[in-house]
Amino acid sequence: MTDWPPPQRCLLPDGRLHLSDGPIDLVIGLEGTRPAIQSAREAAFRALCGVLPALAAELPLLRSPLLGRPPEAKHPVACRMVEACWPLRASFITPMAAVAGAVAEHVLAAIAAVPGVSAAHVNNGGDIAVHLTPGASLRVGLAERPDRPGLGPVAHLRAEDGVGGVATSGWRGRSFSLGIADAVTVLAPRAAEADAAATLIANAVNAEHPAILRRPAEELDPDTDLAGQGVTVAVGDLPAPLLEAALDAGLRQAELLLARGQIRGAFLSLGGRMRVTGTAEIATLGAPAAFLPEGAGRAGRE
Amino acid sequence: MVDRTSLFGAAEADGIVRCDACPVLCRIRPGRAGACSRYANEEGRLVRTDPLVLLTSAVEEGRPVVPFLDAAQEWSGEVTPAEPVFVTAIGAGTTYPDYKPAPFIVGSRHHGVDTVTVVTEGIFSYCGLKVKIDTDRHLGPECAPVMHEGEQIGHVTTAEYGSQMLSLGGVRHLTGGSKREGSVTCAAMLALCRKEAIEVTIPDGARLSIQAGAAPVVNGVRETRMRVGCGSAAIGIFAQQFFGHVDEVVVLDDHITGVLSEHQAGKCLSMRPTGLRVRGRRSTPGRYFQVAHPGTGWGGTDITDPLTVLESIDPKLAWPGMRVLMTSTTGEDALYLELDDALRPIPAPMPEAVRRTVARIGENCEPAMTSILFMAGAGGSLRAGVTENPILLTRRVQAGEVRVTMGGAPCYLYPGGGITLMADILRIPDKAFGYVPTPALVAPIEFTLRADLYAALGGHVEHAIALSALIERHGAESLAAPWMSANPWPDAPG
Ligand code: SF4
Repeated sequence: MTDWPPPQRCLLPDGRLHLSDGPIDLVIGLEGTRPAIQSAREAAFRALCGVLPALAAELPLLRSPLLGRPPEAKHPVACRMVEACWPLRASFITPMAAVAGAVAEHVLAAIAAVPGVSAAHVNNGGDIAVHLTPGASLRVGLAERPDRPGLGPVAHLRAEDGVGGVATSGWRGRSFSLGIADAVTVLAPRAAEADAAATLIANAVNAEHPAILRRPAEELDPDTDLAGQGVTVAVGDLPAPLLEAALDAGLRQAELLLARGQIRGAFLSLGGRMRVTGTAEIATLGAPAAFLPEGAGRAGRE
Repeated sequence: MVDRTSLFGAAEADGIVRCDACPVLCRIRPGRAGACSRYANEEGRLVRTDPLVLLTSAVEEGRPVVPFLDAAQEWSGEVTPAEPVFVTAIGAGTTYPDYKPAPFIVGSRHHGVDTVTVVTEGIFSYCGLKVKIDTDRHLGPECAPVMHEGEQIGHVTTAEYGSQMLSLGGVRHLTGGSKREGSVTCAAMLALCRKEAIEVTIPDGARLSIQAGAAPVVNGVRETRMRVGCGSAAIGIFAQQFFGHVDEVVVLDDHITGVLSEHQAGKCLSMRPTGLRVRGRRSTPGRYFQVAHPGTGWGGTDITDPLTVLESIDPKLAWPGMRVLMTSTTGEDALYLELDDALRPIPAPMPEAVRRTVARIGENCEPAMTSILFMAGAGGSLRAGVTENPILLTRRVQAGEVRVTMGGAPCYLYPGGGITLMADILRIPDKAFGYVPTPALVAPIEFTLRADLYAALGGHVEHAIALSALIERHGAESLAAPWMSANPWPDAPG
């Protein structure tokens, strides 16, 4: 097997760490004592080394739908992908639904193990793993449309909220979606679960209408894990009742996961309409940005 | 020579290409991108998502862009093609950080000198735009924030001759503030760099639409003229032409308002004192400061009714029938008055000779423009892609032995430490700029120098490829663009 170069690493001018390897693109924010931050950066880099080649080797298994018995994955990240998706297998799902979150979570775990790190987040292209110690907090912007970041409400996370992962999914996002949601953002105890749940809820926000354009997934990507399914490629104007019904379908899925304790909250958006469910941090701040006081549309570390 | 064919993957059935830049080994269908969006399949070829731009110098201006190697000009295998070609960094890609050699290190001959051009796209976290807006209107006080989509993306800086400067972007807005501030700033800079228009507002100031190379739009009104000079200068320039046709001229300006009969120019013409006194603080005879507040009225003041600046008319000096012209520094606004028997100024039809001189003030104004310089620092790691010992590159750039261009456009190197450069974005080809979510702008940068010097600098000589080979390999997925005739050809210096 080819030896792949290690991930690329770079410090951004604001002190965040940027790690990238093929499709993995991590932006990592760290807080804590100075030596702790330095060791955490090193730990993050080491944790990412070898992840992409290992996952690539297990791709055939990770791209298969979950049915029957849990598949035996080898790499810890692959195992987490399976673990996070397994409870959701009543709907169509493959472990790939949790890949971004699981990678973020894996790197975060290495960081959190460094003593002296008070807060950290690992953002893998919008799927974010969060580590907060008591007293620390993080503001996360919830995108109404993933292709227009920076708009939309803000979730204010504190250690006691028990949210370790925030993930967003939607047909405009970077992975395929079977649904028509502009964006579904999920808060969950861990990032892999958040990622898988966001995928599932976004798939559930759905409707049938001639203005919704779907293409067989394999026509777009020959190696897709969604072969045989129609993925959304365009959503035209839809009648209001249809939008409401689609959102409600997604909301039902979200509430199911919420009741089972798999997620802590969800924010669904479609055609400028939204639904909010779950914990206070998202419910209270789940108003559109326009109704929030000045500056609330910002997201970042505090 | 490094083998880059592996970078361009392998073709499979159904037009699918396989990318092997990373272990995912994406198989990409035509018209689609791989999992990382950095590589795509364009008609069966694996390409970087932005095409590399090759600029040819002999293509006449205005001729449409043609595929680089058309049948008429088959590659003949010489060291240089028939038309000189300069490889820009647009779409060249970059590694981040740049511990690897830059994407393209091209050996060629220009004017018989062996030349190396190192081509890379730089990720500029430290970058900003210096915007010059030709207007006399008051845009906002110095240091006032410049807002775009609710975020501060820069500030108002100095007023220059007939223009107002804005400083936009910079690392403090890109990464020093909130995430949203960073993305809004990045998006605004990117739009301006791509020669698009954006709207900005200055609290307690103006609402502006700015676009490189276009007239600024201030509070919904398109600026047309840049003032000919301050009020005093305008008096000096046109005194002779007004003489004999009017008894008094007031040129309204927010900086210095001029009054002809009192002004040195009027004195030289032995003009009779008119007893007309304008508001404000007299600096020297015939030159008044603070006649009005800055604004968007006449001559960059808040005056819309020019009569309000007349403080008094001395009855001992003025006379009935006295002819007074009031004009702005661009001649856009002008009012001709005559005093009645009670020495009250009454608007009257403007005599032809006076009208001609007012028109001449207008003719002497240049068209108002927004000009934008991109300013950035080619920092640490970017230089490592050029040579193993980055400081040597810095020294040679500072010594003028390495020509730095951005998409072929000449750069002004700031003296002092580092490689801090400025380039006119109108001279950089279209679509040259991109961004990364850091947020930071991605811009092309090329270093051109003599081949022997490059070797002496510890350059990655082993990675250099001949221009001919580059064109052969990447010509098909590249864009050939005409050389911008205003830009000098980037030969290696001496
Ligand atoms: S397209 Fe991107 S993710 Fe896919 S193999 Fe190439 S580098 Fe890797």
